[in-house]
Amino acid sequence: MNRRVINRRLDRCFKTLGAISTIFGLLVLLILIVDVLIDGIPRLKWDFFMSFPSRKPEAAGILSAWVGTLWVMAVTALIALPLGIGAGIYLEEYAKKNRLTNFIEINIANLAGVPSVIYGLLGLGLFVRFFKLERSIIAGGFTLALLTLPVIILSTREALRAIPFSIREASYALGATKWQTVRYQILPCALGNILTGIILALSRAIGETAPLITIGALTYIAFLPRSLLDPFTVLPIQIFNWISRPQKGFFANAAAGIIVLLFLTLVMNTIAIVLRQRYQKKVRW
Amino acid sequence: MQGPILKVRELRAFYGKKEVLKGISLDILPNSVTAIIGPSGCGKSTFIRCLNRINDLILDFRMEGKVLYHDNDIYANAIDVVELRRRIGMVFQKPNPFPKSIYENIAYGLKIYGLNGKQQLDEIVENSLKKSALWEEVKDNLKQNALTLSGGQQQRLCIARALAVEPEVILLDEPCSAIDPISTAKIEELIYQLKQNYTIIIVTHNMQQAARVSDYTGFFLLGELIEFGKTEEIFKAPKDKRTEDYITGRFG
Repeated sequence: MNRRVINRRLDRCFKTLGAISTIFGLLVLLILIVDVLIDGIPRLKWDFFMSFPSRKPEAAGILSAWVGTLWVMAVTALIALPLGIGAGIYLEEYAKKNRLTNFIEINIANLAGVPSVIYGLLGLGLFVRFFKLERSIIAGGFTLALLTLPVIILSTREALRAIPFSIREASYALGATKWQTVRYQILPCALGNILTGIILALSRAIGETAPLITIGALTYIAFLPRSLLDPFTVLPIQIFNWISRPQKGFFANAAAGIIVLLFLTLVMNTIAIVLRQRYQKKVRW
Repeated sequence: MQGPILKVRELRAFYGKKEVLKGISLDILPNSVTAIIGPSGCGKSTFIRCLNRINDLILDFRMEGKVLYHDNDIYANAIDVVELRRRIGMVFQKPNPFPKSIYENIAYGLKIYGLNGKQQLDEIVENSLKKSALWEEVKDNLKQNALTLSGGQQQRLCIARALAVEPEVILLDEPCSAIDPISTAKIEELIYQLKQNYTIIIVTHNMQQAARVSDYTGFFLLGELIEFGKTEEIFKAPKDKRTEDYITGRFG
């Protein structure tokens, strides 16, 4: 066989291999989703959203879970957004580029990759025990904020870095201060990308279970929180709890919960994509 | 005869360890056009970027020597850089309008200075656009995004933007290198008119342009000022052999 024939066969082999890998991944995902939909859709009724968890699977619902998720995400966003965007702006625009900021940068990138359960342990030690916040919404929100902070800082920096240097020059040359340049020129340009990063970070946080279980979020909550210091549960924990039950009925509940969670993350990711595209269309240098 | 508005003394500039300006000294007279010519990489852009301290933004930039603006050292600690850049405006090589409306592009420099009255802003925007000969082309579309303008229009917008804050000196860093000949002609015409009220320093690698628009010319080569004097003299009777070689097109 000459070289050309071998090359052509190799090429075809690789093409097939690639196609099979792609199809395999998509197929598994499809089976998972179809399976969950079949199990869960019959349970997706108004009552399911409006009921507290219960011993009887038919009567159980996700009211406390989705309300808890909303509360925790609100706290997370309130803490992580200003801190993350602020730190990102400082590091990118203000901080001198030296060994220290380099070191900080590398560590933030590393923090973004730390397993979430570690953040749970940190939250348990710091917020639950040391600050005595107990297993409250605020402790959960702080813990998830820690988890999302590095991601938000990184995406903010990246968004700022994407703004051409010439825009900064133009602004400074007119006698603008650093803050005016950031506030009126750079931030508005970078906002689309910053928002995208934030939404993706939050949509990761919304599905986090491990850190919240670690700080001791409860799995059975039959009341709605009245303040930030009340105990809480969230959707993924509720799902986790139902899956570990032996009764068949809870399985359907878990599937329904998964559908709700999937839907939420899907919506958030869609918003992120739409924002990114609209932003890219608007600004072109 | 007024004294020089800018005096540069033994200016040396470095990017990292590389010395790009090797001791430049020259005087800029008010209400004159000074052209800086020289081959690429001779330090002419670096030179005018030292005059409004925009080079401060470059990380590993360092300078020595003195730049005196109305006899004040602009690199002294007491100097307010923001105020300095307001007095010494700049237009860059590549048009760099903000991705905002034409109106906002010009109003920005005024707004950051605390000017907010709509009528006053409208007036200055119109005047600036008239001065930069762009008014007739855009007067009906002031809300239009500046990035939709052509390159030559964008550059004239950048000049209008610089004029709006009423500077005394305008630095033009190869303002025509990225635009077409017709727009170039318009900008040269503009420079000629602006001379009445402003002091202009223009970097160009186009020698005909230097000859056409300037009163004084400085020839830079490898970070040194080879020759500086009246444009006529530089082009008709250069004293240095290297200047002569350059303007007659023997290199560069």
